[in-house]
Amino acid sequence: MNTRVLSAIEGFNMTRAFSTLQKYQDINWSKIPGIIFSKLGIPAIAIIIFLLVWGGIASRIHTSLGQLPGPIQVWGQVISLVAEHKAERAKEAAFFVRQEVRNAKTLAANPDAKVKIRPYTGKKTFFDQILTSIITVMTGFIFASLIAIPVGIMCGLSTTIYAALNPLIQTFKPVSPLAWLPIVTIIVSAVYVSNDPMFEKSFVTSAITVMLCCMWPTMINTTVGVSSIDKDLINVSRVLRLGWFTHIIKIVLPSSIPMMFAGLRVSLGIGWMVLIAAEMLAQNPGLGKFVWDEFQNGSSNSLARIMVAVFTIGIIGFLLDLLMLMLQRAVSWDKNAQLR
Amino acid sequence: MKMLKQIKGQYILNWRKIATSICIGLSLTTASVYAGVGAPEKAELKFGFIKLTDMAPLAIAYEKGYFEDEGLYVTLEAQANWKVLLDRVIDGELDGAHMLAGQPLGATIGFGTQANIITAFSMDLNGNAITVSNNIWAQMKKYVPEKDGKPIHPIKADYLKPVVDKYKAEGRPFKMGMVFPVSTHNYELRYWLAAGGINPGFYAPLKGDTSGTLKADVLLSVTPPPQMPSTMEAGTIFGYCVGEPWNQQAVFKGIGVPVITDDEIWKNNPEKVFGVSKAWADKYPNTHIHVIMALIRAAKWLDEDNNKNRPAAVKILAESQYVGADYKVIANSMTGTFEYEKGDKRKIPDFNVFFRYNATYPYYSDAVWYLTQMRRWGQIPVRKSDKWYMDIAKKVYRPDIYAIAAKALIAEGKMKASDFPNFATETGYRKPQTHFIDGITYDGRKPNAYLKKFKIGLKGNDKI
Repeated sequence: MNTRVLSAIEGFNMTRAFSTLQKYQDINWSKIPGIIFSKLGIPAIAIIIFLLVWGGIASRIHTSLGQLPGPIQVWGQVISLVAEHKAERAKEAAFFVRQEVRNAKTLAANPDAKVKIRPYTGKKTFFDQILTSIITVMTGFIFASLIAIPVGIMCGLSTTIYAALNPLIQTFKPVSPLAWLPIVTIIVSAVYVSNDPMFEKSFVTSAITVMLCCMWPTMINTTVGVSSIDKDLINVSRVLRLGWFTHIIKIVLPSSIPMMFAGLRVSLGIGWMVLIAAEMLAQNPGLGKFVWDEFQNGSSNSLARIMVAVFTIGIIGFLLDLLMLMLQRAVSWDKNAQLR
Repeated sequence: MKMLKQIKGQYILNWRKIATSICIGLSLTTASVYAGVGAPEKAELKFGFIKLTDMAPLAIAYEKGYFEDEGLYVTLEAQANWKVLLDRVIDGELDGAHMLAGQPLGATIGFGTQANIITAFSMDLNGNAITVSNNIWAQMKKYVPEKDGKPIHPIKADYLKPVVDKYKAEGRPFKMGMVFPVSTHNYELRYWLAAGGINPGFYAPLKGDTSGTLKADVLLSVTPPPQMPSTMEAGTIFGYCVGEPWNQQAVFKGIGVPVITDDEIWKNNPEKVFGVSKAWADKYPNTHIHVIMALIRAAKWLDEDNNKNRPAAVKILAESQYVGADYKVIANSMTGTFEYEKGDKRKIPDFNVFFRYNATYPYYSDAVWYLTQMRRWGQIPVRKSDKWYMDIAKKVYRPDIYAIAAKALIAEGKMKASDFPNFATETGYRKPQTHFIDGITYDGRKPNAYLKKFKIGLKGNDKI
């Protein structure tokens, strides 16, 4: 019961900065308001101060697109983006109705005619773009992990492989997505040729760029995790004469999982940051393209809209990180380890 | 490449077949939705555009349902710059695009990327202007003649010359921006500068020089249209030639002053075209005709009843997925006014022409004019015969396809024959044109003789 109350409060928490409180086994009811204040009140006050400072500074900066938007203008654009989304959905519905009428007419004129319902041709709304971004980053991230984890395990197990691959890993690790992108774009358009492609080229390009940039932390962390397995465990494995596969499944993976997930968390964070740049240049219809298009538009609302995107990017990045943290906790065998 | 050749081989006879089938189609009265022209081979299309007001026919054809009327499901997609746009048309990611008139020609003769691009639809006349930064304007203004306290238009480059000379004497480069090496803007800016005695520089592709700045008084460089104002604001360039709304944007941001509009450099000059790759057009001939039909209707809507629809068009263009600039910025030029210095708003009803004066018809003589300018500035490095100019024009500009689309629209009762040139007698060459800022007459049938008339520029056997 007691722990349950605590973990409910824990759920509201944005950081685990005060996780020492967890250690209280006997609840002291008089402390509850204090806990609530420290976990909800302090962040709220910080946010309010941030908004005030932002509003104050924004009103003093004049750009060629007018005044720098403050919190109120940005909120106004959130509302208008939602309205645009709804309007576009209404247009979409009308589009399908028109298509059905047209198809019915074609069929009436020629019963053998082949008709089909075509996907909507209108613009992607802000919310569609968010979804595209998340799908793209996840695709890149999953492929990166599928490469990075096995390679990391191999590097961790064999010093020869590690010596062979380490220079390559260290060379590619710091390369900016902006440098990868032209190469990826050209290779994708040369190799990915089909008459009816399942994915847009821009999507493939962005996902591959994300993959190239975000596989390194996972790879390095896995290597470190695997190579620093407790000697006793390895000796146990030797004594039991485990086969290499069993050795990996029973000994290596479980003991390297905390490090591996720490790497995955960093990777996903990097992937999300890279994605925005990649989408901007590859014109993948996600948040990056949204920012780029608004910058190009240069209308009086553009800055406020870009700020909406900035906050959206930040919040989604934060949520992705939370997700990884939860996964990390779920798979970690050491439930007492401090994770933040 | 191999694949392209196969496609070409397969479809090489198609045009003739289709032309005959259309003639048959037109002679019968059909109850088909697609009166005369067969159903489009490909219904789902993606067209590219650059954020400029002259992409309007595409946006209108989409929003007014003209594409859907033709059985086409079109997605419009803004492109990052003209090179990306052209490359994507060539590799087939885009079915067609809003292009600079010089792009299909440049691609066909192999200046820049080599590819066969054709056009059967001219998107608009005029619509560009030359803007200089506040600083340059302050320096050149004292040379500009005035009347009632306002500068007399057109402002010639003669008044910019002393400023350029001063920079030259001080050894500082005078830099201006244009949007693409084969863009209308490049040729217009060069024409205007050269008419004022300023040398804009030459290209020498045979020597591997494609910067276009040899012997230049003014260094021209490429900047994508939407970034023009911010690049000028940053001081990288002192002025630029670009389409709307990026000149009016400079006025609204208070960072520059438009000095001349392009209809004052050459009255009713052809500007953008709708380009597709030749392979695409050969593969989907009916689709192409339907696209042109929809675009002709959109252009007509834009100019109808003395520009009455323009405010509605501006509202559409101001949406973020099209041009996306503020309504009042786009409205300035689209509704027939143009603001020069802040507050100096003048009426220019023909600043953007989409349909009247046969604006949509792809004249061979327009193509030849662009080719002459390519020769003038060295993009075509050696002398070519008059016949060569006309042959290239014929290869790239396709009034034959336009005529099929126009006749289909007339047959459907959507347009009148009087809306179009008389197809029976039209040769594709306009009468010798005057109304250039330097007073030189242009006759599309005599390109070499025309080149001889320019003081600055390559002619005859000249080489750089």
